[in-house]
Amino acid sequence: MESQARLVQQADDGSAPTSEGTLVYRQSGWTRLTHWIWAFSLFFLLLSGLQIFNAHPALYIGKQSGFAFSNDVLVIGAENSSTGPVGYTTILGNRFNTTGVLGVSGSTANPSARAFPAWATIPSGQDLATGRVVHFFFAWMLSATLLVWLGASLLNGHLRRDLTPRANDLRRLPKDIVDHARLKFHHSRDYNTLQKLAYGGVLFVLLPLMIITGLAMSPSMNAAVPFLADLLGGRQTARTIHFVAMALLVGFFIIHILMILAAGPINELRSIFTGWYRTDPPADENHEGSA
Amino acid sequence: MPKFQLSRRSFLTAATLGASTVALSGCDAFDFLADRDNGVRNVLEGANDLTYHVQRLLAGRDSLAQEFTEADIRQPQRPNGITAPDDSVYKSLQAGDFADWRLEVTGLVDKPLSLSRQQLMNMPSRTQITRHDCVEGWSCIAKWTGVPMALVLDAATVKPSARYVVFHCLDTIERSISGEVKYYGSIDLIDARHPQTILAYGMNGKPLPVENGAPLRVRVERQLGYKMPKYLHRIELVDGLGAMGLGKGGYWEDRGYDWYGGI
Repeated sequence: MESQARLVQQADDGSAPTSEGTLVYRQSGWTRLTHWIWAFSLFFLLLSGLQIFNAHPALYIGKQSGFAFSNDVLVIGAENSSTGPVGYTTILGNRFNTTGVLGVSGSTANPSARAFPAWATIPSGQDLATGRVVHFFFAWMLSATLLVWLGASLLNGHLRRDLTPRANDLRRLPKDIVDHARLKFHHSRDYNTLQKLAYGGVLFVLLPLMIITGLAMSPSMNAAVPFLADLLGGRQTARTIHFVAMALLVGFFIIHILMILAAGPINELRSIFTGWYRTDPPADENHEGSA
Repeated sequence: MPKFQLSRRSFLTAATLGASTVALSGCDAFDFLADRDNGVRNVLEGANDLTYHVQRLLAGRDSLAQEFTEADIRQPQRPNGITAPDDSVYKSLQAGDFADWRLEVTGLVDKPLSLSRQQLMNMPSRTQITRHDCVEGWSCIAKWTGVPMALVLDAATVKPSARYVVFHCLDTIERSISGEVKYYGSIDLIDARHPQTILAYGMNGKPLPVENGAPLRVRVERQLGYKMPKYLHRIELVDGLGAMGLGKGGYWEDRGYDWYGGI
């Protein structure tokens, strides 16, 4: 195990610690397990969610959808032109030609009029019924996993020790932002300030917001907790927030992957698979000036 | 200078991750889930039973769907599905302004009924301004007037063995080589007896328009639009849904939609 880790260390000399650091146990089994269940669930939730969105590819602000009046904030559509079918996306009244991806996609010989393209939906064809079956199964899975994670993280101290921002975190936030921007990473057992904010933001803001806005779209939940949709600005606003939170989660995912690649993917992946993470050697600080 | 360069290994890892993401979302890798008989799909469908039981627990039998004000009625009710039935029976009833139309109440009841629109309108009525939520994602607010279904069920005296109310409609939703399929659907007796579940003959202060289901449609306010059949002509009380259509309890349910449309 140790020699394998050393091999990895030597081969991966790009951005990981330059000399041997200490392997520390960073991620508990609960953190690793729930992380992968979320990753798996969010993959299916995203692609089935885009399938569901395709059934009515427009977003509105308010209690209802304006058909005889206008309260839409996003519309994806298709229309014929002299040069063939054109896909368009209208955001807050600004219209963009998105042929090939949004509105119209598929091969030029056989274009298909659909909001999100076949490669972005589960199933690939238009199938709202299956999209809903997949979406609601993984919605339960995601919510249950979030509860398990919360319980475990309260008990094993992950929440208090690793995620709660402290005064110190705020103090070093500017330096942390500069370091990330320069792709200069410190490998330590503790999360840095931006990590705490990003993970905390996903776990305590975006995912709960996804669940709450999802429930606010359910007519039966509207009877059980009528204030929920009102609180969010109406059912159609809740649906819009659900979509925006999805986009933010996708943004988080992209940055998450980029950071892993930049900070040393082998070390980062080892810690989320096995829990063990190689930290920078103490001497590393001294080299920083000349690096 | 920050030291950042992708080593060959990092690059390969990145390339593999990227490629597998593309392969995973790859078009049709999960299309087997669209197969209604697929075992994995059947497991995923189990989540709907969980939703049904949890929502019944949370919402109770009689919690009311949100009601709105006149000011919220900002547009005509958007119709969906069949909006102008071209069935000869329907068209001849429509030509006579539905004077010859009857609502039959049959199945597991002590007193089968046959009610004219006037008879239904003479019963106590309920008017509610509610939001119609379509399974596609849109919503539309309208005012509905009709007779509470519980009153009709009581008039027919439902037998204790009955568990579901089945709706038989006049509109043909599908024509294929195997024949014509008229719209059908079902709800449980909890929703059938819910205070806001009405057999609506009026909309936005006027008689129910044809596109919205004239002469009579169902309103089940705690569920999605596909659970509220239009062009109703017969209510049947049954103890199971297996014998109807393909056995899933409704036209859309037989085509993959969840029987419980509360979410």
